[in-house]
Amino acid sequence: MNNQDQSLIFEISTSGRIGYSLPEMDVEEISLEEIFPAEYIRQEEAELPEVSELDIMRHYTALSKRNHGVDSGFYPLGSCTMKYNPKINENVARFNGFAHIHPYQDPATVQGALELLFDLQEHLTEITGMDQVTLQPAAGAHGEWTGLMMIRAFHEANGDTARTKVIVPDSAHGTNPASATVAGLETITVKSDENGLVDLEDLKRVVGSDTAALMLTNPNTLGLFEENILEMATLVHDAGGKLYYDGANLNAVLSKARPGDMGFDVVHLNLHKTFTGPHGGGGPGSGPVGVKSDLIPYLPKPLVVKRDEQFMLDYDRPQSIGRVKPYYGNFGINVRAYTYIRSMGPDGLKAVTENAVINANYMMRRLEPYFDLPYNRHCKHEFVLSGRRQKKLGVRTLDIAKRLLDFGYHPPTIYFPLNVEEGMMIEPTETESKETLDAFIDAMIQIAKEAEETPEIVQEAPHTTVIKRLDETLAARKPVLRYQA
Amino acid sequence: MKHRYLPMTEQDKQQMLEVIGVPSVENLFNDIPESVRFQGEYDIKPAKSEPALMKELSKLASKNADLKNYASFLGAGVYDHYSPVIVDHVLSRSEFYTAYTPYQPEISQGELQAIFEYQTMICEMTGMDVANSSMYDGGTALAEAAMLASGHTRRKKILISAAVHPESREVVKTYAKGQRVEVIEIPFKDGVTDLAALKELAKDDIAGVIVQYPNFFGRIEPLKEMEEIIHGVKSMFIVSSNPLALGALTPPGALGADIVTGDAQPFGIPAAFGGPHCGYFAVTNKLVRKVPGRLVGQTVDENGKRGFVLTLQAREQHIRRDKATSNICSNQALNALAASVAMTALGKKGVKEMAVNNIQKAYYAKKAIKEKGIEVVFEGPSFNEFVIKLPASYQEINQSLFEKEIIGGFDLGTVYPQLKDHMLVAVTELRTKEEIDALAQELGDQHE
Repeated sequence: MNNQDQSLIFEISTSGRIGYSLPEMDVEEISLEEIFPAEYIRQEEAELPEVSELDIMRHYTALSKRNHGVDSGFYPLGSCTMKYNPKINENVARFNGFAHIHPYQDPATVQGALELLFDLQEHLTEITGMDQVTLQPAAGAHGEWTGLMMIRAFHEANGDTARTKVIVPDSAHGTNPASATVAGLETITVKSDENGLVDLEDLKRVVGSDTAALMLTNPNTLGLFEENILEMATLVHDAGGKLYYDGANLNAVLSKARPGDMGFDVVHLNLHKTFTGPHGGGGPGSGPVGVKSDLIPYLPKPLVVKRDEQFMLDYDRPQSIGRVKPYYGNFGINVRAYTYIRSMGPDGLKAVTENAVINANYMMRRLEPYFDLPYNRHCKHEFVLSGRRQKKLGVRTLDIAKRLLDFGYHPPTIYFPLNVEEGMMIEPTETESKETLDAFIDAMIQIAKEAEETPEIVQEAPHTTVIKRLDETLAARKPVLRYQA
Repeated sequence: MKHRYLPMTEQDKQQMLEVIGVPSVENLFNDIPESVRFQGEYDIKPAKSEPALMKELSKLASKNADLKNYASFLGAGVYDHYSPVIVDHVLSRSEFYTAYTPYQPEISQGELQAIFEYQTMICEMTGMDVANSSMYDGGTALAEAAMLASGHTRRKKILISAAVHPESREVVKTYAKGQRVEVIEIPFKDGVTDLAALKELAKDDIAGVIVQYPNFFGRIEPLKEMEEIIHGVKSMFIVSSNPLALGALTPPGALGADIVTGDAQPFGIPAAFGGPHCGYFAVTNKLVRKVPGRLVGQTVDENGKRGFVLTLQAREQHIRRDKATSNICSNQALNALAASVAMTALGKKGVKEMAVNNIQKAYYAKKAIKEKGIEVVFEGPSFNEFVIKLPASYQEINQSLFEKEIIGGFDLGTVYPQLKDHMLVAVTELRTKEEIDALAQELGDQHE
């Protein structure tokens, strides 16, 4: 990484330089004063930078060197499935016929795009074991909200207006309760038991005639499979509620268990995780939603359908919850996911999960002697360690994470899920080799030793990054959210 | 099973299973109840080799008529603009596109700084104090603005102009249903929001009023007059803007807007059949702690060195959980980067020049089409779009244009029944005089 202090693009701006090449003006010009009332003509120019093309490329190249991606090194960020992003995906998404088509073109002129979307819907329907999939939602949280809006519409259509509660495990991702709120529903938390699974007795206590849905991630955020899933499904269904599957962890069960077969009524997927989106520095994602047949009428519009060998957009959906997004979802991400699925095929996807699960269990067993393992059983694609042993030595999980930066690794997800003290959630994914895992394990073991022998090395980490730990309190207390000259 | 993305060899597998202490990988799935265990393989298409798949998908892509090979006059929220070639070179730096949300600032300064610069540029374009790091798109950004207004004012009614993008209006309504907020439309008159109707509807129980500038018909809305009416009832003034237009037009921030949203697609983001694009969200200082989504802030490290972090996270879903007012998590970071690079390349002068060129070309097109005897309706100050009344049915015209390798404008009849056989024509800086003349000629020929 580059150790120089990094200027902002505004600080290297020099009046008179340009970095653009606009098309020739080949029509007669009229002055803005002739067209617009004076008060609508911009007087003060927007202070954008004035730089040459090389300035721009150097600037962003320098920034990129101050950023760690999967291509830079191991990125075991739990629950985020930071697997390799295949390069063919990038090429395919940039084909003119995919990147440069307009959503309002006559459907007859975009049959290739619609065919791809339809086929992706079909593939995801089979993978999830659901009856129909929509590709509209832009990301996982957007999919959660879409799914919950459909569940709410379903209950309301049945006159079941008292079903306002969404049950969410205490280990759930924060978007679950937030999505429930945004969908106009209330959240009830169900506790985890001593095995890290949903406490069935507590579930029995909270489920009832006001239950709209139970939202579950399976395997859960501890990386453990909810083995009582069928009992839970029966409990919720018998009470008249719906079962919602958060697909954040689908990488753990491809070809092993399908949400539809486990009794789930709605599922969302994160195509930027399991299906190599990529992650883009925080997005764009894609969050398709699959449903069982009784919820199909409520799907957002439009839906891609095939009629008489023609691919079409179906807007005639009177019970639909409406539009959740303009146009047809994050098409470019869907193209990448489709390319990935077609690169893997059925046997490839099966191997993805098997290898991801072997990698996670291998790491867990090798690290178990050095860190606390709160839930000791086979994990799925990820596992959660606790840093409480190191905490007693004055070394926090945050310190361990920062020390990992010195070894060139992105740390695991930390302090999540909330039900593990000093948690470290590690997800290696299937695209990492044993050598990479071993090197990371060695680093973790060394840090555990340092915590005992030379804790200050860990406490003062990172030592090698372009910048040291940042003052987050200052950032929040006196927010500086933009550059000002 | 050998695959180029899967490095585990048979030998690795045996060694690892031994460490785990199980004889077979199947043992690791024993906790999945037998009755729901999926047997066999998915019934999906078999894998294809890299070259075979490239060939197949390239063929599939070529079934689509694309904007590189056709002269497009389609806009209606998604535009065919000059995108500096450098944009894709920056985006292709995989340190950006293979990273995730910058949770670890020490190794994510590149992304964080790029977003900080993006936030600054959006503030500059819109004339607002604060911009977030991006939303999914212009439509959902607008919906979040409506929800912010409702939460902030504790009022449950939103007014939205019928001259706002129809799909954005629909998205606002879906979000409003979730939050049990009522959405009331303000009619338009002569192509702009009806001010008399706005006056009538703007009561002191209205949380916010949404208008689009330039509006869906390309017209400039009288923001100044609106602002007085809206703030007169202590309602929030929400403006959805094409950010490129603001290179030439007075930004909403200078005309009293409380929230400005829109889509940064005109800046370096391909049409891509409608997504992914990049919603932007900008507010005045007093709303900074109500903004949805991620914010990047400047701070210092232990040595006093400038650095950037995700900040004010107490607003967000992972802290507030069910008390959060927005559930957004993943956003459109890579597209925000694209927009930043495009805005950087255009710079202070280019963004204005490009905006003005759009106006010039659109006005030339308006004139050329009128000269062929075609009626331009809703005449008045406009940006790069305008409405024409077609001399024949939309389908007929669009088909004849397509045969001339022209993609016609948006069919307004599909969303406004009173505008059957009216076309919304978009003319960007990329359309040449020759292409505009060909469009006018073809429309004229149909007229005769």
